[in-house]
Amino acid sequence: MSSSQPEDFSRIKFRLGDAVYEGIVMPRTLYEDKEHITVKLNNGYNIGLRLDEIEILEVGPPQRQQEVVAEEREIPSQGPRVLILGTGGTISSRVDYRTGAVKPAFTAAQIVDMVPELTRIASISVRTVMNELSENMQPSNWAVMAEEVYRAFEEGFEGVVIAHGTDTMHYSSAALSFAIENPRGPVVFVGLQRSSDRPSSDSATNLLGAVVFASRSGAPGVYVAMHEGLNDDLIAVHSGVRVRKNHTSRRDAFRSVNSRPVASVDVRNMEIHFKNETAKGAGPMRLLNRFSERSAIMKYHPGFSEVLLRTYFNRDVFDAIIVEGTGLGHIARKAFPFVKEFIAGGGFVGMTSQCIWGSVRLTVYETGRDLLSMGVVPLGDMLSEVALVKSMWALGNELDLREVMPRNLRGEISERREVE
Amino acid sequence: MKVGLEIHIQVKSRRKLFCSCNPKDPDESVTEFRRRLRVSASELGEIDPAAAFEMKKGLDVIYLAGNRSSCLVEADEEPPHDPDERSIEAAIKVANLLRANVVDEIHFMRKIVIDGSNTTGFQRTALIALNGRFMFRDRQVRIQTICLEEDAARLIEKGNGYVKYDLRRLGIPLIEIATEPLELSPKEARDFAESLGRTLKLTGLFERGLGTIRQDVNVSMEGGGIVEIKGVQKLEQIEKVVEFEEKRHRWLFEVASALRSRGISEESFRDVRPKDVSELFRKYSQVETVKRFFSGSAFALRAPGFKGLIGSEPVE
Ligand SMILES: [Zn+2]
Repeated sequence: MSSSQPEDFSRIKFRLGDAVYEGIVMPRTLYEDKEHITVKLNNGYNIGLRLDEIEILEVGPPQRQQEVVAEEREIPSQGPRVLILGTGGTISSRVDYRTGAVKPAFTAAQIVDMVPELTRIASISVRTVMNELSENMQPSNWAVMAEEVYRAFEEGFEGVVIAHGTDTMHYSSAALSFAIENPRGPVVFVGLQRSSDRPSSDSATNLLGAVVFASRSGAPGVYVAMHEGLNDDLIAVHSGVRVRKNHTSRRDAFRSVNSRPVASVDVRNMEIHFKNETAKGAGPMRLLNRFSERSAIMKYHPGFSEVLLRTYFNRDVFDAIIVEGTGLGHIARKAFPFVKEFIAGGGFVGMTSQCIWGSVRLTVYETGRDLLSMGVVPLGDMLSEVALVKSMWALGNELDLREVMPRNLRGEISERREVE
Repeated sequence: MKVGLEIHIQVKSRRKLFCSCNPKDPDESVTEFRRRLRVSASELGEIDPAAAFEMKKGLDVIYLAGNRSSCLVEADEEPPHDPDERSIEAAIKVANLLRANVVDEIHFMRKIVIDGSNTTGFQRTALIALNGRFMFRDRQVRIQTICLEEDAARLIEKGNGYVKYDLRRLGIPLIEIATEPLELSPKEARDFAESLGRTLKLTGLFERGLGTIRQDVNVSMEGGGIVEIKGVQKLEQIEKVVEFEEKRHRWLFEVASALRSRGISEESFRDVRPKDVSELFRKYSQVETVKRFFSGSAFALRAPGFKGLIGSEPVE
């Protein structure tokens, strides 16, 4: 009773025990063996069967569906012109639950199909500029995104929404915050934590919140819009240089650190409630979108080996090291010679804290004062990820790091942390 | 008349199908959160029209999440864990008991459910075995499928524009056993369900008590459609449900034949136009029966040839 593997999506009739069944052959992933076959039965259930335990009686032609070709088109709608940029990640793809295949779903028509309310808020255009999962995003991708945003404002769009995978979305939002000086309108990053193939997905409400803020806030700057809590009503808008992904799976994974969110969008009535001031820049829009990769975050921990110290504080490889120190900004005494030599060789060492919340302060303890005297630069309450991106940007655009890193440019450093 | 039964029975397990919560643990605190489900226009066609209508109107779903009886998985804030091995074992044991063909690989599927009873908007379910047998008196009854699925959240309140569910029951492993449609009298349907239910409980694999076993009953008659009655909990109800459906079917056949003899067909309705009778309803809007369903506007249709039929009852 041995059978060979029929083609994916072909309709087959087979005998199992004393009964005959019909179904469609489903594709198997790379991690599934070839001795079994997955069949979608007529009752809708998928089952896996050993090929040598069934007898295939008939094989019909494949029932494959036509792939949808993505195209850019304007959807008839009203209001401010908003451009949605697709960069890949789960918000811009869709799992076909009949076939299990992931398809890019990023035409304006498909987005409006998913979130029909958008047409009442803004005139939506859509462009897919790359197709990268969030974990694959590199500084070169930030450069492309920044250029696309710059061009969109030149073309007269009033706001830009960037659909992005969530894992590194806060790195990208920081990158664009620095790369576009005085953007003409809001640039809002948006993602989803629960996949868009489920009716409970946060994708539609997040996108709605992002488009509302991009079209109606009148607040130029770079932001991240995601769920504020577990409810499907409020979307928090965070500053692009103040936000961090703080949970692996919850809808409200993104939180503003050392700062209140900028605003909250109520998607039930599309109202924006401002909670914090937005950074107001004056002057012409400028694009500074070069990034260097000669910078890294070094997270210090007990037992940090000399091999690692030598690897990080190596001028042949790095121009800047952002240290995630302990507490107020400390590292072990044994690291001092490496730090000293790196700085003497023209390298930049900036201090942030692995505590995440709070500011570094190097004048409180002796270790801190030693680090200061070596030329380590305290970076206040800037998030380590933001400090990394800022250093990559400053290096790429040949700015003086000692001058620019501790200075607040886009709201990434503040002097006050409120009692909460 | 043919009767098909789907028996759902809760597996005895210390955890849920896709997480480590024990639904019997008492809660120390309860958190409430609010969601909305949505499906794309292209998927709407595959959904129960009544549920789709509610969803499009914007149905708020409120969940009560106990801190011990549910976790981030039930709240749809964390991916499902690996399925409970004990439940899979129970399903395979039942499949062997019913001499069914167990599949070689279990694939969990999603059945779209948008009434809010599943936080995800779908129910996870897997087919475990096909083509089993069960002896009922002198008859061999064919069992079409044996599935393992997660139980839905319990509805606790339905109000204007919202529904409220408790997450304690969501995710409890259920085994679903579906029979082929059988020629059964109402009494036989009840006896059959009792016999299969008792056999299953004797295995010791399942929970006992009210609500631990629920039946969906499908009734069909030649010349009529299939009617499904979901969630029947008591055996006596099975008998009543089948009896009622039998009478209702017969009554509908009588209505149909009366209409035929009066020469009424679809054609007779071609020129019938709806008439706005909102004014009339507004006048009586304080009458209790009117209040219950009237809001805004009402339309009436003339039904030619229906004299004496509308208002007749299927069962006295
Ligand atoms: Zn749980």
